Amino acid sequence: MKQGQSTPLAAVAMALALSCGGCATTANNPKDPFESFNRAMFAVNEGIDVVVKPVAQGYDAAAPLPVKVIIGNFFGNIWDGWTAVNNLLQGKPEQAVSDVGRVLINSTVGIGGAFDVASEMGLAKHSEEFGQTLGRWGVPDGPFFYWPIIGPRTTRDTLGWGVDILYDPVARIDRVPLRNSLLGTRIIDMRASLLPTDKVVEEAAFDKYSYIRDAYLQHRRSEIYDGNPPRLRPEE
Amino acid sequence: MKSFCSLLVALFLSLSVALAQEVAPDALVRQVTDDVLNIVRQDKDIQGGNTRKAIDLVESKVLPYFNFQRMTALAVGRDWSKATPEQKKRLADEFKTLLVRTYSNALTSYKNQTVSYKPSKLQAGESDVLIKTEILQPGSKPVQLDYALEKQGNAWKVYDVIVAGVSLVTNYRDTFGQEVRNSGIDGLIQMLVNRNKQLESGKK
Repeated sequence: MKQGQSTPLAAVAMALALSCGGCATTANNPKDPFESFNRAMFAVNEGIDVVVKPVAQGYDAAAPLPVKVIIGNFFGNIWDGWTAVNNLLQGKPEQAVSDVGRVLINSTVGIGGAFDVASEMGLAKHSEEFGQTLGRWGVPDGPFFYWPIIGPRTTRDTLGWGVDILYDPVARIDRVPLRNSLLGTRIIDMRASLLPTDKVVEEAAFDKYSYIRDAYLQHRRSEIYDGNPPRLRPEE
Repeated sequence: MKSFCSLLVALFLSLSVALAQEVAPDALVRQVTDDVLNIVRQDKDIQGGNTRKAIDLVESKVLPYFNFQRMTALAVGRDWSKATPEQKKRLADEFKTLLVRTYSNALTSYKNQTVSYKPSKLQAGESDVLIKTEILQPGSKPVQLDYALEKQGNAWKVYDVIVAGVSLVTNYRDTFGQEVRNSGIDGLIQMLVNRNKQLESGKK
């Protein structure tokens, strides 16, 4: 693991820490110094999910599989362009070229991204965003946060997310009703894709908050190394 | 003398069968996965959410290839050495029950995923390997599913399952460590017992 110090990041973390001045810190995990704030936000999101989850379940039950696949492909295609940019920034030009190829093929032959023809042609889908790019550049995680709505993010990934949404073409659509229905559909589609995980987490976790936090941190580490992180000797 | 000879032949035969069964770890993962998925694909009960049936399947087809003592030691971390042999056994039993249920439940949400096996570079004489697979699903990103195996005598045993980079075993470290700090090893055993009872009674 890279352990470099980054001043701007430390400044952001400091500002966030000050804005949360009243929070008691019951830090057990060194990566989670603002645990009590995070747990409060986690509770807020669980509250929001009481409304969102049934909608996602309804969608999941009502929409036939091909429709769900088309919707998933459509939003996926939008992000593939940004994936290409990030692969380039991470010094992986072959992958970036493949991502550009995906967008070109799926937007045309795949009818506006509805069909993932490129995957069938052997151009694998990659998962990259700016948070991973920063990670590749050696920016450390920084303190972990659980944000309202957007959920778990390390400090680095929060910054990354802030850059990602600048790219987001859906958020830049001028026609407000169209934009909002696309954003809404995307949230429901994303929530629906997480439904199978719900039951597993519900049963496996003793403390849902820390289970999700630790899973998120492990998952991000793996993503930054494109699924091949150096193995930590589990015995320490 | 004749019976002694046939006994020798029988011994020799069973020995060579045992040796032939020394399966490479990647082949083992593939064989067990294919076995399990073939059954799930044909079993409407499991696909319909029958957890009990999925658990039976996992217990008969998957458990023999897992090393739960090692898994539990990894989940508990440093405190493992503080446990008595009896406590270790109880911890491993309860953790096994919990993991089997989690894993079985994942099977009940099986739709039409397929598994692709990534080539693994195995070096001769290695006793600890990571076998990588991918779950493919139309319309979603592939999910990486890796198995860590170690060699015990002639047999390979799985000691960790890693889903999308998340170890189902070490993800418990924080929670377990916390519980041991608060109420000792026996407290941790009790916590696992309670959860398993609760899960058992919530279902048929």
